[in-house]
Amino acid sequence: MGTVGAAAYSAGVDEALVEARGLRKEFGDFTAVDGIDVTVHRGEAFGFLGPNGAGKSSTMRMVAAVSPPSGGTLRLFGLDPATDGPSIRARLGVVPQRDTLDEELTVAENIRIYGRYFGLSRAEVRRRAAELLDFAQLSERADSRVEPLSGGMKRRLTIARSLVNNPEMLLLDEPTTGLDPQARHVLWDRLFRLKRSGVTLVLTTHYMDEAEQLCDRLVVMDHGAIVAEGSPRELIQRHATREVLELRFVEDDLSGHAAAVDGVGERVEVLPDRLLVYAADGDEAAAEVHRRGVRPLSSLVRRATLEDVFLHLTGRTLVD
Amino acid sequence: MATVGRGMPSARWAPAFEMWWLLYLRTWKGNLISRFLLPVLFLVSMGVVLGDLVDERTGGVGGVPYLQFVVPGILAAQAMWSAMSESTYSVTGAIRWNMGYHAMLATPLGVGDVLLGHLLYVTVSVSMATVVFVLVGALFGAWVSWWVVAAVPVVVLTGMAFSVPCFALSAMLRDNVELGYTVLFRFVMTPLFLFSGTFFPVDQLPAVLQPVAWVTPLWHGVEVSRDLALGAPDWGAVALHTAYLVLLVMLSSVWALRAFRRRLVV
Repeated sequence: MGTVGAAAYSAGVDEALVEARGLRKEFGDFTAVDGIDVTVHRGEAFGFLGPNGAGKSSTMRMVAAVSPPSGGTLRLFGLDPATDGPSIRARLGVVPQRDTLDEELTVAENIRIYGRYFGLSRAEVRRRAAELLDFAQLSERADSRVEPLSGGMKRRLTIARSLVNNPEMLLLDEPTTGLDPQARHVLWDRLFRLKRSGVTLVLTTHYMDEAEQLCDRLVVMDHGAIVAEGSPRELIQRHATREVLELRFVEDDLSGHAAAVDGVGERVEVLPDRLLVYAADGDEAAAEVHRRGVRPLSSLVRRATLEDVFLHLTGRTLVD
Repeated sequence: MATVGRGMPSARWAPAFEMWWLLYLRTWKGNLISRFLLPVLFLVSMGVVLGDLVDERTGGVGGVPYLQFVVPGILAAQAMWSAMSESTYSVTGAIRWNMGYHAMLATPLGVGDVLLGHLLYVTVSVSMATVVFVLVGALFGAWVSWWVVAAVPVVVLTGMAFSVPCFALSAMLRDNVELGYTVLFRFVMTPLFLFSGTFFPVDQLPAVLQPVAWVTPLWHGVEVSRDLALGAPDWGAVALHTAYLVLLVMLSSVWALRAFRRRLVV
């Protein structure tokens, strides 16, 4: 798959493709992005993690050089999007939250016309479309209309289309939301390949497993601000314990049980349907819970995830 | 137009035009009836059938057989018709349904390119419809003079004087899109179609309504079209009508660009 993805770039690995300082976005009285600092280096897979309404998409639209910032500074490839928008966008691939495919055109036509927007010749877009359809495993559907395709296929087509200009940086806004698990894994596999070929990935997600799978580094956003930053492993180490003990009970009111297990492990979180006990050793914590005479309906020991990080930082779960 | 990016071809609007043209090639068969057949039906029913009746009773309009009077009017009206039908739902769709404009704006294209490419496609589409209508009119003997060929660009201009404001309006419609278009087609297009001198001279209208006809673009298009088709044009009047239409297109282009910016750059 040597032809799909960015060519090798000679610039140093520390080259910043995105540099935002105090970046803001306001819509009337509403502040969607409240002064964030973000740096994305070439070759990284960088994630914006947060619930709906956290400001992820507004940030992505500014980074895509389509939405002017309301404040702060933003440099993309070292350029100012206010004056160099077209040259910046020429080097970007964009996978928007909602597919913007033309359903009346065929699969191949969608890629070809999109390549034309980048000033590529007809022969070039024809060649690129064939390669990209192969990459997206859509070659057999090349001449069918887009409308009857499954959600996963449309998403793969949107990604294939976003690669037509050999972008140096690919922006993906919730790339797998609404897809079934199998379709998500196919997409992740394609994104891995792109990353290996040197394409810088910037993505938003409210799926923890997606962030853990794909991102080298991420920021957690809440109410338009960044509440934590680091690699998935760093964030888990900093804001959670190695393991988590999940306890479910017959009763709806968990406050009594929460008091009973207080002090087991480092911290206890009370969710509407279960208790989470954060501990370095989950089995040891389960044994201690048992010793205290607490009898849960079920108990489960698992590794801590970014979901736990988010819960700790914001007091809320990500997808409710 | 927006500034040209480094290494990009200067005509960035060209692929935007190409997209609409590609879509036309995919869907033209489905639009055949509304595009060509309906105007032809008007030509036959109004020009030929009603024309016979009018000529029998009154000897035509000012000595001109009704067919040759009314068909140049319908020529201008069909341009308005096809321009408006190409400049409403397709704009809304590209903004909020299939979001085709947003796809373009993620690439080096700017708002001006997106608008210009789409408007040029509408121009081509209205031109094709107008040429076909002239050819069909010729089959029925509707044209007195070859000068009708010169009417084609002015008729297309008339269509664009409706198209460009419709682009602006469509970009401004946020809620109640259906209601907005219903009002537009029922209370703007249809009355204009009937009362802009298409079927009878505007001086037959009540005096209060005549200035309305003078302000709207269709009457100007009808006058030029008829003047040229009848073969003895008053060139001064043709120039004034044309200048008015050019002015309308220019002013509404500024409006449309502002409306597009406001809607698409957020």
